[in-house]
Amino acid sequence: MKRKLQFIAEWGSLLLSTAAVCCFLVVILWDIIGKGLPVLSWEFLSSLPTDGMTKGGILPAIVGTVSVTLITAISATPFGVCCAIYLNEYAQDNWLTRSIRASIRNLAGVPSIIYGLFGLAIFVQALQLGTSLLAAGLTLGLLSLPYIITTTEEALRRVPASTREAALAVGATQLESIRDMVLPSAISGILTGVVLALSRAAGETAPILFTGVAFYINNPSGALNQEFMALPYHLYMLSTQHQAIAEVRPLAYGTALTLIIVVFLLNFTAFYIRYKHRSK
Amino acid sequence: MIQEKIKLAAHDVNLWFGQKQILKHIDVTFPERKITALIGPSGCGKSTLLRAFNRMHDLVPDARIEGRFLLDNTDLYGGPLSATQVRQRIGMVFQKANPFPKSIYDNVVYGLKINGVPKEQQHEIVVRSLQESYLWEEVKDELNKPAVRLSGGQQQRLCIARTIALRPEVILMDEPCSALDPISTAKIEELILKLKEEYTIVIVTHSMQQAQRIADKTVFMYLGEVVEQGPTASIFNNPQQELTANYVHGRFG
Ligand SMILES: Nc1ncnc2c1ncn2[C@@H]1O[C@H](COP(=O)(O)OP(=O)(O)OP(=O)(O)O)[C@@H](O)[C@H]1O
Ligand SMILES: [Mg+2]
Repeated sequence: MKRKLQFIAEWGSLLLSTAAVCCFLVVILWDIIGKGLPVLSWEFLSSLPTDGMTKGGILPAIVGTVSVTLITAISATPFGVCCAIYLNEYAQDNWLTRSIRASIRNLAGVPSIIYGLFGLAIFVQALQLGTSLLAAGLTLGLLSLPYIITTTEEALRRVPASTREAALAVGATQLESIRDMVLPSAISGILTGVVLALSRAAGETAPILFTGVAFYINNPSGALNQEFMALPYHLYMLSTQHQAIAEVRPLAYGTALTLIIVVFLLNFTAFYIRYKHRSK
Repeated sequence: MIQEKIKLAAHDVNLWFGQKQILKHIDVTFPERKITALIGPSGCGKSTLLRAFNRMHDLVPDARIEGRFLLDNTDLYGGPLSATQVRQRIGMVFQKANPFPKSIYDNVVYGLKINGVPKEQQHEIVVRSLQESYLWEEVKDELNKPAVRLSGGQQQRLCIARTIALRPEVILMDEPCSALDPISTAKIEELILKLKEEYTIVIVTHSMQQAQRIADKTVFMYLGEVVEQGPTASIFNNPQQELTANYVHGRFG
């Protein structure tokens, strides 16, 4: 009897917590979709902001977010994957490796504003990139690195030792065994991790705040040395910094919905990759 | 009786993983174009010894090896051969079939590609290797199918095909039938007996019947040492050591 009560209590509290989390998600989505959907139109997505941003669309912010995320991907993925290959395939298990791993884990926990300041000091000032798309993309790349390294390492670790041995046994070098057998086996796990890291980076504001994002750009060029607009920052600005806050509120909701859609699309891509791989 | 030629040998080999000594003063010889069975209770170091011959321990950082390994009187460690050259001449088939996560065809052709076999010869060698491993008839219409979709026994024969495609001189087999049903096992045994005409074969097995069915020579290991080695018939019918007698008659292990 007592066991049964305890069971119900434990089960109930688990269920309740899950339900609460789902509730929050539903409420947030409901609010944003309900108020953002009426604003969303092809017009809104494809035109520049006008009249002091009280009218018009968010095209420059979309272009900015997409290009900055691309730079993040191009800069962080090769580094992250190579680093994970080194750690998982070559590094011996000694104090050096352990401290590198611990550092990477700690980096993942560093607040994103610190990355912003670091990017400002290194990319904007020391490397003289100025506040620009490139500097911001590289800063977001740094932010994504620990995550990419960790997920790639996990994907590599899931490849059984027998796969590596099989390649060695037919005369492959260690490099060939990694290139031809290990990486192809781990590729879906790696891609999933990369895409999820990018979806997180795409929604960040703090790291791009000092490194390249701008209030307003009237020609979204995607040029590397120019400042750019980005969805999260545009949203932040519309909802807290604008003089006519009430007037631009619908635009803010439209922006929020667009950002959520972008992030959702990235997440969906990740799930799709995983699903494709599993059904193979 | 004519003196048989020794193809592969280990002299006074010691091997440690970290502080733990796994192989102790191993002296074994494997005659050319014969099948030698390696038997002994679980954990006695059979796999470890086998893997030392094709330098599979090179990637284990805490493995330390002493002594000499010889292939035709050429040192396998510290001699003129690189690890990859050693592995080209000494192939290995593992306990659990481990085909590459690729198509059947690619499984066999991969070794040829990385070892620089000219492209125009590759196809012929793939076909011949699959025929020699008695797999060709079963897979000839679906060479592009992923190898992991084959049955366990077919996968193991594919692994053998991939090994013989490289024309090694020695084939090491670590319990190649342990995961297979009796029919697949019989097929593999038949294949091994056939391969003996061209290759020197070392096979680890837990099956006393299998050793007696196929092996010309048998080596009995216990706790990291070679207790006794000799013609299979005398190891099983007339063992010199009590330990060997107890083991082959199933009194322990
Ligand atoms: N990479 C390794 N690091 C540390 N110890 C190992 C390693 N590989 C094997 N050993 C140890 O070496 C000993 C011998 O193992 P081995 O696999 O050679 O035994 P075996 O005779 O093949 O046994 P089985 O018949 O069960 O396959 C075991 O005690 C095992 O724990
Ligand atoms: Mg073993």
